[in-house]
Amino acid sequence: MADIALTPAKSQIREATSWDQLKHNRNWLGFWFMVPAMAFLILFLAYPLGLGIWLSFTDTKIGRVGQFIGYENYEWLWDDGVFWLSVFNTLLYTFLASAIKFGIGLYLALLLNENMPFKAMLRAAVLIPFIVPTVLSALAFWWIFDSQFSIISWSLKQMGLITQNINFLGDTTWARICVIFANIWRGVPFVAITLLAGLQTVSPSLYEAATLDGASRWQMFRHITYPLLTPIIAVVMTFSVLFTFTDFQLIWAMTRGGPVNATHLMATLSYQRAIIGGQLGEGAAIASAMIPFLLAAIMISWFGLQRRKWQQGENND
Amino acid sequence: MHDFTRRSLLQGGTALAAAGALTGPALFDFAKAWAQAAPWKPESGAKLTVMRWRRFVPAEDEAFNAMVAAFKSATGVEMNVFSEAFEDVQPKASVSANTGSGLDLVWGLHTLPQLFPTKVLKMNDVADYLGKKYGGWTDAAQKTCMLGNDWLGIPVATIGGYMTYRKSATDKAGFKEFPKDFPGFLEMCKALKANNTPAGFALGHATGDANGWLHWILWGHNAWTVDKDDKVIINSPETAKALEYCKALSDTFIPGTASWNDGSNNKAFLAGELFCTANGISIYVAAKDDPTKKELTEDTYHALYPVGPIGKPTELQLAVPILAFNFTKYPNAAKAFVAFMLEKENYDKWLTGARGYLTQTLNAYETSPVWTADPKNAYFAQASKRALPASGIGKVGEKAATAIADFVVVDMFANYCTGSKDAKTAMAEAERQLKRIYR
Repeated sequence: MADIALTPAKSQIREATSWDQLKHNRNWLGFWFMVPAMAFLILFLAYPLGLGIWLSFTDTKIGRVGQFIGYENYEWLWDDGVFWLSVFNTLLYTFLASAIKFGIGLYLALLLNENMPFKAMLRAAVLIPFIVPTVLSALAFWWIFDSQFSIISWSLKQMGLITQNINFLGDTTWARICVIFANIWRGVPFVAITLLAGLQTVSPSLYEAATLDGASRWQMFRHITYPLLTPIIAVVMTFSVLFTFTDFQLIWAMTRGGPVNATHLMATLSYQRAIIGGQLGEGAAIASAMIPFLLAAIMISWFGLQRRKWQQGENND
Repeated sequence: MHDFTRRSLLQGGTALAAAGALTGPALFDFAKAWAQAAPWKPESGAKLTVMRWRRFVPAEDEAFNAMVAAFKSATGVEMNVFSEAFEDVQPKASVSANTGSGLDLVWGLHTLPQLFPTKVLKMNDVADYLGKKYGGWTDAAQKTCMLGNDWLGIPVATIGGYMTYRKSATDKAGFKEFPKDFPGFLEMCKALKANNTPAGFALGHATGDANGWLHWILWGHNAWTVDKDDKVIINSPETAKALEYCKALSDTFIPGTASWNDGSNNKAFLAGELFCTANGISIYVAAKDDPTKKELTEDTYHALYPVGPIGKPTELQLAVPILAFNFTKYPNAAKAFVAFMLEKENYDKWLTGARGYLTQTLNAYETSPVWTADPKNAYFAQASKRALPASGIGKVGEKAATAIADFVVVDMFANYCTGSKDAKTAMAEAERQLKRIYR
């Protein structure tokens, strides 16, 4: 009897299958919510990155599937003067432009955080370089620095300060200065406005207390503003470095990497070799060679952020 | 993007009529008759998307559009035509080739079809048909478009680049006739500089201009990037001589040429700051069309490239071939359109519309009225005949196209002329770049 009574009960209580667990387990539910984001990341970030790295190990040409050739593309790049020049240019461009953008951006942010007349208008005006399309601003700079028709040369000549046009984009040093200048002009608003947003989060009571304690403006900046702004600075500089390192449009529209490759960045050289020259594998190798530099920039910022205890709600070291 | 109609054609017909082109009903009648007799019958419901380089001479564009409209009207093929800047045609064609969609026909530069030989529709029948009918193809045009026995595209035209100079300046420099050899040319440029009427040639990454005149200097010294078997031979005493010559020449240039792109010499010449350069006929055409530049127009003359120590013309002219992709759903329509473009009733008038900017690649068009309409046009008629293919004496193909696109020769000369590198290093670097490409 007991056996008879137990048998149907057993069959009624079905053991939860793996599928049931996947459907009802709360931890798995979280996983399901993440699936769309993961799919998006895999499709639009991981796959292109993986494909680019794979292509760099092949001799793929435009319109033709290539063969796996191991490190051959990298071996050629290792011994390629133009490639190393582009690495040098990229690092110089990134370092100088990012540093100057930070300096000017921080200054502007502090300035715009003060009480002054027409503050809203000034804040909006600072954004103008950022909202002009890159190619348009590059074309404007191309005209400004034109060898024959530069407004700067013209003005200086009219003032009697120079007798010949300045060879802005035809001289290697000048050309580098010009493209860095253009990048700074474009990039400052991003730094300034983001830092300004950070400054707005600093409580005025801290400054009031410091004022009562007799702190100077420099001391207030050093001991209040800067420490509280550090997380924003880290994020802003990470993005600023990444944007500058991978800049393409500005250079391509202004100089196409010239004169004599003096302004070729890794991104522009990669485009020239892969798309214009048809050597997809080699172009992909140059693009892939950017990854270690970009990872290093991200890591420095990341570990810099990790090290700070404020992330865990504690004071800074 | 344009959708051509009879109305738009008629609206654009005024300029063509002025140029003596076949316009209006006559053009449509011809197109209808041609479509009935043509060897290629477009597929039913065919629709072609065509990308071409953006015109430099407006009347050429009008003539092209008129042809497109007539073809559409006669065959019923829907035509979507759009233009891109010279530099953007090849990247966009490459994307299309790689994805296998987007474009049916591309009219681009240099050896474009050779960049993706497996993706293009073979045009052997079209080339055969046109070649037999119109006196054969010029040698450079044929080499530019052929791979083995196959035509990868059709060489529609060549954009001839020749010397454009101010006669008053060369006269003042003591040269009543434009020099015909390299030493004479150098002496003239020195004299021009001494008179503060300098010459100037692009040393920057100018796809057409810089590649054009620097290959002329290189080849003129019997120096080549690769030999007939594609072995890299750039590092040679002849190249060293070419570098020395080019350096001496560049010392006479207007400052700033190292940064010049393809439009820079046009601007400087038309502004009256430049007195001799190498260019297509566009400078002269722009001057003619500007009523304020009457004096400059009358003073502007053309000349053939002087011949180097090699003793024969060594010109790299800008070939503009058209290709159809093999993934097009309408191969017959594509072939029909290409053949239609080069029929005498169209092409002769189209050349007239281009005002010398385009040069024929089919020998029968040598007598086109455009070459006699203005004596200053005549030099450009020889561009395709005098040109060498972009590979020089090497094999035409994607490697030669890559070398041009990568500015290997341009950078070698620019490195030496600007003092960035000595001759040995500049040659060694170019040699290495070429070995990379030709490996």
